[in-house]
Amino acid sequence: MSVEISPMILSVFVPLFGAIAAFVLPRAAALIGFATLVLTSGAVAWLARDVLAAGAVGLPLGGWGAPLGIDLRADGLSVAMLALTSVVGFLVSIAALDSLKGPEQARQRQYFWPLWLLLLTGMNGVYLSTDIFNLYVMIEVIALAAVGLTVLSGSRAALQAGLDYMYASIFGALLFLMGVGFVYLQLGRLDFAGLTGAAPTGALIAALALIFVGLALKTALFPLHFWLPAAHANATAPASALLSGLVVKAALYVVLRLAQYMPFPSENLLTLVGLMGAGAVIWGGVQALRAERLKLLVAWSTVAQIGLIFVAFARAGEVGLSESWKAAALLILAHGIAKAAMFLAAGRIKDEIGHDVIRDLDRTPIRPTLAQFTFALAAISLIGLPPSLGFIGKWSLMEGAMAAGYWHWVGVTMAGTLLSVAYFSRVFAGFLRFDRVRAPVGEHQGWALADAAPLTLALMAIGLGLLAAPVLSFIEIGYPFGVAP
Amino acid sequence: MTPDLIYGLTGVAVFGIGLVGALSAQDRLRRVLALKLCSVGAGFLLVVGAWREPPAAPDPVPHALVITGIVVMVSATAVALALIRRLQTLEATDER
Amino acid sequence: MMDAPLLPLFILLTSLLAAPILFALPERAARLRTAINLGMAALKVALVGWLSIKVSQGVIYDLRFEMLPGLEFKLQADPLAILFIALSAVLWLITTIYSVGYLEHGPHRARFFGFFSLCVAATVGIALSGNLFTFLLFYELLTLATYPLVIHRGTAEALRAGRIYLIYTLAGGLVLLLGTLGLWVLAGTTDFVPGGVLADVVAENRLAAQLLFVVLIGALGVKAALVPFHRWLPIAMVAPAPVSALLHAVAVVKAGAFGIMRVVYEVFGIETAQTLGMTAPLAALAGVTIIYGSIRAITQDDIKKRLAYSTVSQVSYITLGVALASPIAAVGALAHLIHQGLMKITMFMAAGNLAEGLGVKRVSQMDGVGRAMPGTMLAFTLAALGMIGLPPLAGFVSKWYLAQGGLQADQVWVIALLLGSSLLNAIYFLPMLHRAWFRDAAPEGTGAPGRPRIGWMLAAPPVTTAVLVLVAGSFANAPFSPLEWTRFIVAIEYQE
Repeated sequence: MSVEISPMILSVFVPLFGAIAAFVLPRAAALIGFATLVLTSGAVAWLARDVLAAGAVGLPLGGWGAPLGIDLRADGLSVAMLALTSVVGFLVSIAALDSLKGPEQARQRQYFWPLWLLLLTGMNGVYLSTDIFNLYVMIEVIALAAVGLTVLSGSRAALQAGLDYMYASIFGALLFLMGVGFVYLQLGRLDFAGLTGAAPTGALIAALALIFVGLALKTALFPLHFWLPAAHANATAPASALLSGLVVKAALYVVLRLAQYMPFPSENLLTLVGLMGAGAVIWGGVQALRAERLKLLVAWSTVAQIGLIFVAFARAGEVGLSESWKAAALLILAHGIAKAAMFLAAGRIKDEIGHDVIRDLDRTPIRPTLAQFTFALAAISLIGLPPSLGFIGKWSLMEGAMAAGYWHWVGVTMAGTLLSVAYFSRVFAGFLRFDRVRAPVGEHQGWALADAAPLTLALMAIGLGLLAAPVLSFIEIGYPFGVAP
Repeated sequence: MTPDLIYGLTGVAVFGIGLVGALSAQDRLRRVLALKLCSVGAGFLLVVGAWREPPAAPDPVPHALVITGIVVMVSATAVALALIRRLQTLEATDER
Repeated sequence: MMDAPLLPLFILLTSLLAAPILFALPERAARLRTAINLGMAALKVALVGWLSIKVSQGVIYDLRFEMLPGLEFKLQADPLAILFIALSAVLWLITTIYSVGYLEHGPHRARFFGFFSLCVAATVGIALSGNLFTFLLFYELLTLATYPLVIHRGTAEALRAGRIYLIYTLAGGLVLLLGTLGLWVLAGTTDFVPGGVLADVVAENRLAAQLLFVVLIGALGVKAALVPFHRWLPIAMVAPAPVSALLHAVAVVKAGAFGIMRVVYEVFGIETAQTLGMTAPLAALAGVTIIYGSIRAITQDDIKKRLAYSTVSQVSYITLGVALASPIAAVGALAHLIHQGLMKITMFMAAGNLAEGLGVKRVSQMDGVGRAMPGTMLAFTLAALGMIGLPPLAGFVSKWYLAQGGLQADQVWVIALLLGSSLLNAIYFLPMLHRAWFRDAAPEGTGAPGRPRIGWMLAAPPVTTAVLVLVAGSFANAPFSPLEWTRFIVAIEYQE
């Protein structure tokens, strides 16, 4: 059996071997980590070139082939997600070098790299999988690594949050597995190709519903979001950035994929999904308004934004799904970049001024200007102000909803936007108020190289809006399924 | 009642007991055990789904799914237990 | 002459690229900052001059860049754009000089001038926008760039004002987004085209078009401070004087008024807007705002608040001139866009000088300030008389054309409105002038004894703009005067 070197294999196995190596050689972990990231990013770039040239590319692993073997497949959307993971992951890793450099963080340093590389393995695996069983395995790899990252700081709050995350994750995995099993018992197949065009019988819908609920638990869709705020708020900043920016996207991606291949069984179910999203937008927004800590506010905003992505999904009903997934995909990319930037910036602010109590942000003479600026830029994208990628995503959402006459989704989006303005302006007021400071305010305090990574991410979130047209045509490569070679 | 129905209903019941336990348990360890019960119930259901009237051999794919599920569950349980232990140590030092 | 198709982009970049540089400069580098500020502002004036010559020669500038399928980022330099961009370029230069003097020893200068530049970049972008989508991008940028300027002092009061400002303008921006989307879905384009793009739609879907008009004008009305969306403007005057000057004269309220022009003339088209029956209510709303703002101004003791209510009133002249649907009134409206800017910026800079030099912030403290600061008060007086509409000052020209337009459109009530408004202007401005020139300074209290010390950077700008007020009025018929240029524009918008 000949093994062909393929960028798809590399982008899954390089991080896996990297994770093992980083675990075995903790002293060289950072070096191994960066080497792995460079190699993986190279593989993703190679894959992107292939996909641009040839459309979607597929690869049967181990020579078995469908319907039972493991196939890898990359199209525009997969590569976009891989690229998001690589770029965000790379910049977060740079930030992690700085934020984990203290002597008391030796333990965190030791575990960060293996866990993060394992996470990368799982995520890349998800984006290249073509069957739901393989997805299940990869999602579990992600879950284990993500819980590890959540509890990295070792604080009690983080451990408790990580444990709750683990419970949610275990239960979500069980539902997913049952769903996978029932799909198999119905259709006798597990690959996407087998799912396309299957008649939506009651039993199949039930199986898919199980899968959906499992994924909703993992992506923290309202009302199954209970575990997320504490987990994302109590992790260390780079871990939060990875969890909020990337990890929840993996489950979202699976939902997107399933919707691409399986026409949604009924309009009512899709409306229900949209309503859950709307609930998340409102509830997440209200909770962010009430949050006392900066990182908790950012975490609640993740809940709201995930809701918005589901609203994008439902924006034009069943008929519109063939377009709606693109709006959702744009919002996923926008949120991934902007939220990672925001969590890193929040971490920087906390490091510089020693706390992240929103009410007291204006009491300190130390103003980490660049980190605050980064936070504001990320907020612009998350609120959806032009020309950011978040704006483009929101524009596509509302455009589709309006054209289809679904004004309620337009209303939800507008309400969510206003809420996000309201909760982020609490933070801005803290950055910009000066009359409560006793000591003289120094000039340009808190400039540091550590701000470079989050600032780059935030600028990307804004600037990619200008490149939305190429991004959009890229993610359409290889869609719909089956057109590809 | 056919054996597969009995088996299936048992699976549902076990899953249900586990679910109720997971939602209502206060103790961390009990919640882990309840989730384990859920997984056993889920496994029952999949295995019975694969059952065929003899002499036909049962479908091996769901069995593979269940085995993978068990492996995943074991590692998840290990992580959960490690977290619980660590939390208890921290709480014990706090109280002292 | 060299041909430069990217000229509009360069004009935008003069201030857009200045911003990050200004942010990055350390607080101490005052000279370098001033050099960059003034250099870029002067460069922009020169480039705008070049651009206006080219446009008057009939050169067409049209830069496009696709952001989403079919949806373009589009810059175009038409005569209407030139009018607004010229105003902003000249006044930016003058206000920059003033700001350098005003904030010489203040904190956060790097931040201030960075956002100041962004604010002007947004204004330029608004002027050059070739479609409503691009307009929306810059409209939101303007909101974001002005917010830090409004709350620049960082006090609880400033933050409260900033919050109200942000709520009003971002809500307005959101409604504008809705309107832009509506236009896109309805017409399949958001381009600004003389005569409008909705003529076909109106025939089929009158109600939707009417709704769209209300949504768009409502959204723009927030920044244009149309009643009942005007409340943020008097509150936002807690900002430093140069910011208020810029906000009231060029940037925010003018962006709203300019947007109303674009929407009425080039999205709907004046004829379509009339067929929809929307111009009359808009004219009525503008009339109400004119009277309401003036009446509220009378009772304000705070100088800047009085000026702010006066802005509420005066900016609606522009809307009125647009809504009257008469070419002559349109000339008045466009000329007033420039004239009001010149007059109001003079008054705000003069008010800033009173506060800086004498600590005078209230009308009741103004006794005898004319003797203490003759130059500043002379400038203020010229601008105030112009606002009232005294010939040969700039304000007279606008009011004259508006009144003529009212007659042309058979709307005689407009004459009464203008007379009433002028009377109200006199009621709130003349007492200020009377106190300044004809009363003695109070023996104790704030009327400072001796000569106040303000530098030339504070003293010269209001005098300069006051001279422009005089020149724009006296030489209104000269070539390249604002009035002449507006006739050029009106011929295009009315497709004559």
